[in-house]
Amino acid sequence: MQFMLLFSRQGKLRLQKWYVAHPDKVKKKITRELITTILARKPKMCSFLEWKELKIVYKRYASLYFCCAIEQCDNELLTLEIIHRYVELLDKYFGSVCELDIIFNFEKAYFILDELLLGGEVQETSKKNVLKAIAAQDLLQEDEAVEGALRDIGLL
Amino acid sequence: MKTRKWPNFLFKQGGMYPYYESDWSVLPPEANRRFNPAFNMATIKQVVNEAIERVRMPTPMRLRDLIRQIRAARTAAEERSVVNKECAYIRSTFREEDSVWRNIAKLLYIQMLGYPAHFGQLECLKLIASSRFTDKRIGYLGAMLLLDERQDVHLLITNCLKNDLNSTTQFIVGLALCTLGAIASPEMARDLAGEVERLMKSPNAYIRKKASLCAFRIIKRVPDLMEIFLPATRSLLSEKNHGVLITGVTLITEMCENSPDTLEHFKRIVPNLVRILKNLILAGYSPEHDVSGVSDPFLQVKILKLLRVLGVNDVEASEAMNDILAQVATNTETSKNVGNTILYETVLSIMDIKSEGGLRVLAVNILGRFLLNNDKNIRYVALNTLLKTVHVDTSAVQRHRSTILECLKDPDISIRKRAMELSFALVNSQNITAMMKELLVFLEKSDAEFKAHCSSSIVLSAERYAPDKRWHLDTLLNVLVASGNYMRDDVISSTIQLISESVEQQGYVTAKLYRALAEDLHDRQPLTQVAVWAIGEFGDSLVQDVVDGIEPPNVDDVIELYQKLLWSTQNSVITKQYTLMSLTKLSTRFNNTSKIQQIISSFCSSLHIELQQRGVEYSQLFGKYSHLRPALLERMPQMEANRQTDYQSNGDVSDNEVSPQRTANSESVTLLDLLGGPDDNADLDIIMQPKSQPTSNGNNQDLLDLLGLNPLPAPLADADNNVDRILDNNINNLMPEINTRNSNFLNDGLFGDEGTINETDVPELTAYDKNGLTVMFSLVRLPNSDNMTINVTSTNHTQMEITDFLLQVAVPRTFQLQVLSPSGTTMQPNGKVTQVLKIVNTSRNLLKMKVRLSYTSEGSSIQDQVDVNHFPPDIWD
Repeated sequence: MQFMLLFSRQGKLRLQKWYVAHPDKVKKKITRELITTILARKPKMCSFLEWKELKIVYKRYASLYFCCAIEQCDNELLTLEIIHRYVELLDKYFGSVCELDIIFNFEKAYFILDELLLGGEVQETSKKNVLKAIAAQDLLQEDEAVEGALRDIGLL
Repeated sequence: MKTRKWPNFLFKQGGMYPYYESDWSVLPPEANRRFNPAFNMATIKQVVNEAIERVRMPTPMRLRDLIRQIRAARTAAEERSVVNKECAYIRSTFREEDSVWRNIAKLLYIQMLGYPAHFGQLECLKLIASSRFTDKRIGYLGAMLLLDERQDVHLLITNCLKNDLNSTTQFIVGLALCTLGAIASPEMARDLAGEVERLMKSPNAYIRKKASLCAFRIIKRVPDLMEIFLPATRSLLSEKNHGVLITGVTLITEMCENSPDTLEHFKRIVPNLVRILKNLILAGYSPEHDVSGVSDPFLQVKILKLLRVLGVNDVEASEAMNDILAQVATNTETSKNVGNTILYETVLSIMDIKSEGGLRVLAVNILGRFLLNNDKNIRYVALNTLLKTVHVDTSAVQRHRSTILECLKDPDISIRKRAMELSFALVNSQNITAMMKELLVFLEKSDAEFKAHCSSSIVLSAERYAPDKRWHLDTLLNVLVASGNYMRDDVISSTIQLISESVEQQGYVTAKLYRALAEDLHDRQPLTQVAVWAIGEFGDSLVQDVVDGIEPPNVDDVIELYQKLLWSTQNSVITKQYTLMSLTKLSTRFNNTSKIQQIISSFCSSLHIELQQRGVEYSQLFGKYSHLRPALLERMPQMEANRQTDYQSNGDVSDNEVSPQRTANSESVTLLDLLGGPDDNADLDIIMQPKSQPTSNGNNQDLLDLLGLNPLPAPLADADNNVDRILDNNINNLMPEINTRNSNFLNDGLFGDEGTINETDVPELTAYDKNGLTVMFSLVRLPNSDNMTINVTSTNHTQMEITDFLLQVAVPRTFQLQVLSPSGTTMQPNGKVTQVLKIVNTSRNLLKMKVRLSYTSEGSSIQDQVDVNHFPPDIWD
């Protein structure tokens, strides 16, 4: 996978993950072009489009579009499964996720994605393992926060 | 996570927390060592809860506020000013150590909105270097988003990464691996490859899988580094953990694609892969990896892909995987997308490796079933894959022809496009007639963007596989009818060429083309051009031969059709040029030339210079040079060009085609001067728009100037000649035509009883009566005044509805004209439209009027123009 974009029905970018190096200008141009192209497509159309050398796979969940760019030899149906898996993970983590969760907790959304994919490839196929890893890291943060707070009041 | 109230560390010694392996949510009571009841419980509780809340409500208040502010901005400028203010604030507060991570979080949000945030890069590094996990987590996230492999802070980040790759906390190692996997530049990859290789052998599965993908990424960037990872790779396949397995398979696939030697090296693992895949299929339900009844589809697909890479061009390896591929292909549950995902990958593998014939048929059949699937995505991949395999195994794909043709009717445009391409790939000499039937239906109904491609492909296929000339011509004719204006130009010339070649079919084709043209005059330039070319060449047989048991059209119908074509505003100038040329040719094919001459001469005053020139020059062929006409307008010699060649030959053909016109043109160029040039004739198109307000005088000046000139077109000078012919023919039929001309004094006298001129005492006259449409003027004049009111009544005597009816009127400058709004623009059969014209005549001149009518009937728009000069002369007395 070359990159993943999340954007709203209004065309606002909500999350971007690049697995290839492009200058910012190019990234912006690609993002803009893809958002316009995909938003212009009708719901009856299939989830794939050919775009330059890449295959674009996208799927809409509520008000959010999830869009991945994959290489010619990649399996587009599997990419739909990956997108779905990511949505399931977000849903489990936030508890029926909505667009606002991702806007206000975008860093969490990135953390989850980074436990599912690495370098654009699937690293973990078990939902439970991904969520466990995220929860454990959240715990580390909580502990650090509590430790700091107790230190502040002189308990530690 | 959200139910936990007390953090573990309160009950444990500080240090590392092996949360991942143990169940973190259970509080071990014996770890409760630090708990000291002497503290005020309420205070501790409050402080702890607040601290936890800060993490759980992960966006700190300032970030939340920023996001809210930005979302509340109503304009882009407002948003920009919020962002700029915040960026300035962030820069100024970077120095305060404890606010750094909050600032980076804000910056990342700002960056996502598309604003520059590169000034945060160094702050990210500061966070990464911190000892706190919280800082590292956001710092690495920032590094992945703000830096990429082209940034020059790499030396700094490489050191941080190296430290963290050696951390004893698995999550810190994980963060470092993840970051390296995202932004590894070649230098970074070289510097850290050794660390990654070491981590691939880590006892911790969480780290092993991340290290494998990191290695995958490093090899992608720097293929030379592959050697380092080879020894550690093979053992990845003996794992139980699916995360390690899938990343291992991904890594091996990349290595195999990278070098043929490595590919050879890994041929040995085919049996291992087959075993893993078999276990996946046969293993019972495992909730951890199940996706709607399929066991770990992600892993299955990766293994299938690696098998494909290993089996290409290798009979032995292919044989080793035949069985398992067949097993996957037959045992996979297909009710959901997941199952089809695996089948799709299996089909790709079967097609690519040296698989057995039976297996290939099975694969194509799976794709055939896909075509019937309800899911548009699955239909799409099926067509796409068939398109790739059709050249390998055409006969297997042919079996699904009817299903593929069904996909031409799919609601999804991309599926229709693929289906069209695939259909054309399947056309051969056996199925061409059946396929073309479907494709022509598709062409007719398809969207504009397909028509050019589709029509050209049909023409090409027909050229290659046509069973006979008649069928070929019929097909081209259907293409012309179905594709409207969306057609490449070469189709026109190649069709004309084919007609010219097919001597026996010419009469048949001409008749068919005529019928197609007469049926529907809609805007179809290519059809019109081909049709008028054929009619012009073979018009004599058109009006004589009975084709398909249908009586030939009579000459007058043909000429009337030409008149409509020439008047239609929809036809392009080029089409009108074809039509004029063709009509001129018809004058030697038909025995009735007067009407033809009349039509052609009307173009002597066309506003378009090319049409005018043709009008003038062709008119000459009816006058002084009429003895030359039959010789000049002979049939074109049969075109000789190699079919199936290139456009070059078509270009030659059209050159041949126009050459007689060119000679005619050059011959009569000088005549144009004699005729007085175009200016004198340019008035015919000047007509006033009817407005409810009286048109201002100033406005009228120019128009009426031109109108006042009103010269006769030169060819009409030989009016005697003209009248002779008219008398030869059906007088009544031609009556309205004659009224359209200015030189009708003679005719008026001859046919006076037909008109209303003689009945001067009845102030009513027929201004127009043609094609079932009459326009009556009834004149009302106030005594002793210069004012006259004309009540115009237009009546539709046809069986069809007339729409968009528009009546325009012009009078000479000495009159003042006021045109009131009509009662409507639509006339039902026998319906009427009325309109009032008010005329002021101070000079008491004889009233002349030009009337232009335009309307739409049966879908075709018709335009006509008449001069009304037969107002009773005594009306002003």
